[in-house]
Amino acid sequence: MAEIIKSTKALAVNPLKVSQTIGAALAFLGLNRSLPLMHGSQGCTAFGKVFFVRHFREPIPLQTTAMDQVSSIMGADENIVAALATLSGKSRPDVIGLVTTGLSETQGTDLHRSVKAFRAAHPEFDHVAVVPVNTPDYLGCLETGYALALEAIIETLVPERRNVGRRPRQVNVLASSMLTPGDIEDIKAWIEAFGLRPIVLPDIADALDGHLVEAEFSALTIGGTPKGEIGDMGESAATLVIGKSLDKAADKLAARTGVPDYRFTGLMGLDECDAFTQALAGISGKPVPGQIERQRAQLQDAMVDSHFMLGFARLAIAADPDLLVMLGNFALGMGAEVVAAVSPVRAESLAELDIGSITIGDLADLESQARLRQAQLVITNSHGVETARRLGLPLLRAGFPQYDQVGGYARTWVGYRGTRQALFDLANLLQAQHHDTEAYRSLYWQDSPRALETAGAAPATGLVH
Amino acid sequence: MKASEIQALLDEPACSHNSKEKSGCARPQPGATAGGCAFDGAQIALLPIADVAHIVHGPIACAGSSWDNRGTRSSGPALYRIGMTTDLSETDVVMGRAEKRLFHAIKQAIEEYRPAAVFVYATCVTALVGDDMEAVCKAATERWGTPVIPIDAAGFYGTKNLGNRLAGEAMFQYVIGTAEPRPALPHPDGIPTYDVNLIGEYNIAGEFWHVAPLFDKLGLRILGTLSGDSRFHEVQTMHRGRVNMVVCAKALLNVARKMQENFGIPFFEGSFYGVQDTSNALRDFARLIGDPDLMARTEALIGVEEARAHAALEPWRKRLEGKRVLLYTGGVKSWSIVSALQDLGMTVVATGTKKSTEEDKARIRELMGENTKMIDDGSPKALLSTYKEYRADILIAGGRNLYTALKARIPFLDINQEREFGYAGYTGMEELARQLALSIESPVWNAVRKPAPWARQNAAGTVLAA
Repeated sequence: MAEIIKSTKALAVNPLKVSQTIGAALAFLGLNRSLPLMHGSQGCTAFGKVFFVRHFREPIPLQTTAMDQVSSIMGADENIVAALATLSGKSRPDVIGLVTTGLSETQGTDLHRSVKAFRAAHPEFDHVAVVPVNTPDYLGCLETGYALALEAIIETLVPERRNVGRRPRQVNVLASSMLTPGDIEDIKAWIEAFGLRPIVLPDIADALDGHLVEAEFSALTIGGTPKGEIGDMGESAATLVIGKSLDKAADKLAARTGVPDYRFTGLMGLDECDAFTQALAGISGKPVPGQIERQRAQLQDAMVDSHFMLGFARLAIAADPDLLVMLGNFALGMGAEVVAAVSPVRAESLAELDIGSITIGDLADLESQARLRQAQLVITNSHGVETARRLGLPLLRAGFPQYDQVGGYARTWVGYRGTRQALFDLANLLQAQHHDTEAYRSLYWQDSPRALETAGAAPATGLVH
Repeated sequence: MKASEIQALLDEPACSHNSKEKSGCARPQPGATAGGCAFDGAQIALLPIADVAHIVHGPIACAGSSWDNRGTRSSGPALYRIGMTTDLSETDVVMGRAEKRLFHAIKQAIEEYRPAAVFVYATCVTALVGDDMEAVCKAATERWGTPVIPIDAAGFYGTKNLGNRLAGEAMFQYVIGTAEPRPALPHPDGIPTYDVNLIGEYNIAGEFWHVAPLFDKLGLRILGTLSGDSRFHEVQTMHRGRVNMVVCAKALLNVARKMQENFGIPFFEGSFYGVQDTSNALRDFARLIGDPDLMARTEALIGVEEARAHAALEPWRKRLEGKRVLLYTGGVKSWSIVSALQDLGMTVVATGTKKSTEEDKARIRELMGENTKMIDDGSPKALLSTYKEYRADILIAGGRNLYTALKARIPFLDINQEREFGYAGYTGMEELARQLALSIESPVWNAVRKPAPWARQNAAGTVLAA
C-alpha cells in the first residue's frame, strides 16, 4: 500500500485539481433534458462552461444564480428560487442540478430550504426535478463532486421500493467521472453483447458526444440518462459500479432498491475486464460471446508483444484518484513502474494502488518527482503539455481537461480493445523515446576527417563531405 | 563467380570447422532451410561502412525488402541507411540494359551523395543474366574517380555465412591496403599507440561504444573495423594494423587469415559479450602486441572494470541467479553469450549446436556441464519442447524465433542484429541483465497463461506452455 504524502508547498503550481462544482455539473450533463445550475457568481459558471466546451467541443448548457454584491452579503437564497423559476418556465428541463460553489457555501446557503421555497411558490413546475448538491470547491475535486451529484441524483430520483429484477434484462451502471464518452459507449456495447439493457448513470456518451441535431440550439442537454429511467433503476437485475469513488452512491442505490451490485475499481487490464465479463455472464446466464473471447485474445497478444517496451518503463501519472488507480494498476500489470503518482486529493481508493508513495499535490509535484525519479513518460491532462516538454518526455493525455487535441473525450481506455490501444500507444511513445548508446568518439580522431563529422548527418542530395 | 572460387572460400583453412563436419557451410537443403542468402550475408558484413553508397544491383525484391533494417549504428554519416537499388525492370533484364542502368545508377549516387566509395552488390538475377559488374565498376571508377567496388555475392551462391566471406574477400581484394593511415596523435597519457583492427564487429545498437573507450585508455588505436561504425578510408588502411581480432564469428576468418599471410598481422578470435570474454579480448591484444608494459596496464584496467561491472551487476545477479536459459543462436555467438550468462549466475540448460563441430561440442560440455542438452533441430516445435522439458525460464535466440516464444507465452531475449539494445563490453552486460530481467519478471506471462475465468469450470488445466 502506497504511502500518502501531502505536498507541503504553500503555493499550488500548475494545479491538477478541478473543483467539485465542475464535477457535479459534469454528472448532470450526463442526464437527458437536464441543466446544471451553479449557485454562485456568474464567473463560476462562465469558467465552467469554457472548461467543458474546450474539452468536449460541444455547446454546454450551464446556468448561474448570478450572486452579486448585495445577495452575497444579504442572502442569495431568493436567487435560487428566481433562477429555478426562470429556467423551469423558459427551458422546461426534466432535471435541474443545483450545485453550490465556494461563494454560496461560504455565505452559508441552505439549498434544501430554498428548493422547498421554490416548490411552495411554484407548484406549476412540480414536474421539474430539482437535485440539490453541496459542492464547495474548498473540499475534494472533480471526482468527489461528481460522486456527490450521483448520490444526490439517486436520493432524489430513485424511489425507495423493492422491485429487484422486475426487468430481468435491465442492469444499472454507475459510471465514475474517469470514464470518457468513448468508455461509456464501449461499456454499453459490452453489456448489450450479453442481451442485457444498460441504464448508465450518468450517460455522458449519449449527452456529450456526437450531436449535430435538427434543432440548431438547445438550452438543455440532448441525450443522456432520461429521468424516467433513473426512476426505474430499482427494477434492474443488477448494478455494475465502476470506480471506487462511487461506493457511497452505490450503497445508497442498494439501500433504496435492494438491487445487488458488482463493484470494479476500473476496467483496464485483463483481470479487470475478465471480472466484468464474468459478472455479465453470471447476470445474463449467457455464455461469453465469441467476439469478446476474440477481443480478449487480441489483448493478450498485444500484452505479450508490448511487454518489451513497457517492462520496467518508468511512468509519471497525475490524475483524480479513480483514474490514477486504474491507470497505475494497468501499468503495473504490464511490468512498468509508476515512479511518480500525484492525486489532487486524498481518497480511500488510493490504497488500491500498490506503489511506494502517492503525492497529494499538483503538476509541479509531478514534474519534480518525474525528474528526480527519471520518469520516461508522463500521463496526465492537457495541462501537462508544458510539464512534459520541460521534462523532455512524451505525454499521454488522460483525464480533465484535454483541450489541445481533438477527440480526447472520445478515446476508449476501458475494455479489452481500449486496453489494447492504450498498450500500443504507450509502447509507441516509449519506443520513440528509445535512446541508442551514445556514440563514442575516439581521441585518435582529433586530427582526422572524423573530427568534422556530425552524428546522423543527413546525407542530403548534393552534400559534399 | 566461379564455382571453384566459392569452393575455396568454403574450405577456409583457418576455420576450425573446416577439418570437421562443415554444417555451417553446408549446402542449403530444399524445403528444410531457414536463414539468409549470400547477398544478405554480404550486406550484413559491409553495410555498416557508413560513408559508402551501397547499391543493390537487381530487381526490387532484394533491396526492397531489406533496406534500412539493420541494427548497426554510425557515429557520423548515415549514408548507409539510404536504400539504393537499380530496381531493374523486365525490359532491363530482357534487353540486357542492366549494365547500362547500373552505370547511370553509380553516376547518380556519386553526383548526388558524394560517397567515399560505392559498393555494388550482385543479386541472383544480375548474376544469372551475366552482367559484368566488375567491368562496369572498373569503368565507373575510371570515369568518376570514386572507388566503385563490386560485391559478387548473389543469393544463390549459398548461405549468409558464405556471403559474409565473399564480402570479406571483396574487401581484401579491392580495399584493404589501398591507402596509408595517418600517423597517430600522441596519446595524452604519453603511452605508446598500437594500431589494431576488429573483424566481424558490427556495432549493433551502438554496442561497441561500450567497449571503444577501453581501447583509447590502453593506447590501442582502432585503425579499421569490418565493419561497425567504420569509414571506407579506414578499411583501406587496415593492412597497417598490429593485431586483428575476429569478433565472435567464423564467417570473416578468411580476411584475418589472408591479412596474416600477406601482411603478417596476427589474429585471435574473441568476443565482447560477458565480463570474462571482454577481459580476455583485451588480454589477447596485449599478448599479441607483446609489450610487457601494455600487458600490465591492461591487467590494471581489467581489474578496475571488472570490479565496477561486478558491483553494477550485483543487484541483477540476485534477481537472475539460478534462472534457466535455453540458448539457440545457431552460430558461434553462443560461446560468448554463454560466458555472459554465467557471469550473471544463470544456468544454460540447452544450446543450439546445429553449426557446431565435435570440438565445439566438447567445449560446450566443458563449459556448461555434461547435462547440457544440445539441440540440432532448431524448429519451433523442437525449441518449445526442449524449453518445457528442461524447465527453462527464458529463450534467447535470433529475431526469427521471437514469435515462436511469444506465441508460446514464454519470455524471450533477442540477440540478433535487428535488436535495439547493445550488450557488448562491461557496461553492455548491465543492459543485457536488465533486458533478461524485464522479460523474465514481466507480469504479462501469468496474465496470458491464465484461462478466462468463465473457461475454468469446463476446461480445467488448460494452462498453456509454461
